[in-house]
Amino acid sequence: MSDETTEDRGPVTTLATPIRLDFDFTPGIAQSKFLRGLERGKFMGQRCPTCGKVYVPSRGSCPTDGVPTTEDVELANVGTVTTYCVVNVPFAGQSIEIPYICAQVLLDGANLSFMGLIQEIPTDQIRMGMRVEAVWVEPDELTPSLASVRYFRPNGEPDADYETYKEYL
Amino acid sequence: MAERCAVIGVGQTHHKSKREDVSIAGLVREAAKMALEDADLTWADIDAVVIGKAPDMFEGNMMPELYLAPALGAVGKPMFRVHTAGSVGGSTALVAAHLVKSGIHKRVLTVAYEKQSDSDAMWALSVPQPFAAPLLAGAGGYFAPHIRAYMRRSGAPEYIGRMVAVKDRKNAMRNPYAHLHLADIDMKMVEDSMMLWDPLRYLEACPSSDGAAAMVLSSEDAVSGHYPPAWIHGTAMRSEPTMFAGRDQINPQAGRDCSADVYAQAGITNPREQFDVAEVYVPFSWYEPMWLENLGFCELGDGWKLTESGATAFDGDIPWNASGGVLSSNPIGASGMLRFLEVAMQVRGQAGEHQVDGAKLALGQAYGGGSQFFSMWVVGSDKP
Repeated sequence: MSDETTEDRGPVTTLATPIRLDFDFTPGIAQSKFLRGLERGKFMGQRCPTCGKVYVPSRGSCPTDGVPTTEDVELANVGTVTTYCVVNVPFAGQSIEIPYICAQVLLDGANLSFMGLIQEIPTDQIRMGMRVEAVWVEPDELTPSLASVRYFRPNGEPDADYETYKEYL
Repeated sequence: MAERCAVIGVGQTHHKSKREDVSIAGLVREAAKMALEDADLTWADIDAVVIGKAPDMFEGNMMPELYLAPALGAVGKPMFRVHTAGSVGGSTALVAAHLVKSGIHKRVLTVAYEKQSDSDAMWALSVPQPFAAPLLAGAGGYFAPHIRAYMRRSGAPEYIGRMVAVKDRKNAMRNPYAHLHLADIDMKMVEDSMMLWDPLRYLEACPSSDGAAAMVLSSEDAVSGHYPPAWIHGTAMRSEPTMFAGRDQINPQAGRDCSADVYAQAGITNPREQFDVAEVYVPFSWYEPMWLENLGFCELGDGWKLTESGATAFDGDIPWNASGGVLSSNPIGASGMLRFLEVAMQVRGQAGEHQVDGAKLALGQAYGGGSQFFSMWVVGSDKP
């Protein structure tokens, strides 16, 4: 036993407490359509019967009109970078080497962009309006998950005009 | 007819990157005691406690309100937990105000906090999800693309963000409670700081802070304290979905609706002219010009011109974030309440070095999530 009193040693300031969490996730009917599409190498969305907007991923209802979205729509494999940032921040559990381009990609035929990784281009050459295509994993590696999409890359088309995507910013 | 409600006591900690001398309970108690002393009250005078913080996953401390009840004198009293992401400090104060305005309670203590040194907020905001690519790198990674979109849409020159970063840090030099005291801050220092989420640099982003804020709200017949009350002239909250087709993330509908509501309650038709000061949630520099537009302080597309003109500086005609704002202190859960608290201090005339002379009417605003929760209040030195 030490002769020291607690006062001598001061307060205990920090105790690191690692916590590991494993969760199950039930995608439901609408999102299953999107995930089953990824398993086939396709982007699946749904059209709202009221406003006609196409949502990807399929989500079962239109958040604006509050009605079920029943019409399934297969989206193109190409789209437009509406906006982006270049991530240069490391954080715990990060699976992509920094710096990387995190872009909002608006697939042709969709009315909502989603976040996608852009590769095969130096980070200082990415532009708003750039046309990109999805690069998928090998057919035998496809799973019902976004891991089926390796990344997007420039497809060589001329940049989209700002007017064509400005309402999606 | 709702009861009148006023802020009669305020308290906040010295915000720091690490408060190793106190537990979370010690942190919130420090702010709460200061608010009680300012109101010249004791724990026994409080009828109910309303507490807020950002996601529990930040500190890994689930349902902290249960463990904090004794530290806040809430045993045997009603206690409520509020959570609306980054706007929570604001909405927590609003829930407390509504308990008084409804006539249910006479004196309510409201507290908000974050202990970011106990936390891994970057990780908690970037957890992998099966339906999204693992790209999101904290809040900055979410907001940076929208900032780029604002720059493109408005044609703002890139130095505007740096101007806000400098202005708010200069203001913080007047605020002894602010986390960052960067005496040498200038445009070059911001420009030389590391690019984290291009186009956002390190010094254009808020710090990670430990801190707490507290206020005592009272009904008209229970007013006490060492300073005149700050009367609440309006309260409003709004939300919108994170994603819908046609969503304008630069100028969210929920923010416009929220300000229209609170302005109507407070009789505001020209915010730039009628307000003497505003405290607005600006965690990344570019959110000042964006919220100037969203809150109707100028025409759409002109927010950056207002910033550039110096109107929002400490000596401008409508100072924004005279305290240094979120860019200078960010105990996340408390950051929204600090906006609400700071405007109360201004109209009570107790803001010390960062007091804006003659401030009588002021706006506090907080936002959270992916710009999908908004909370606002208007406080004044005169009764509504």
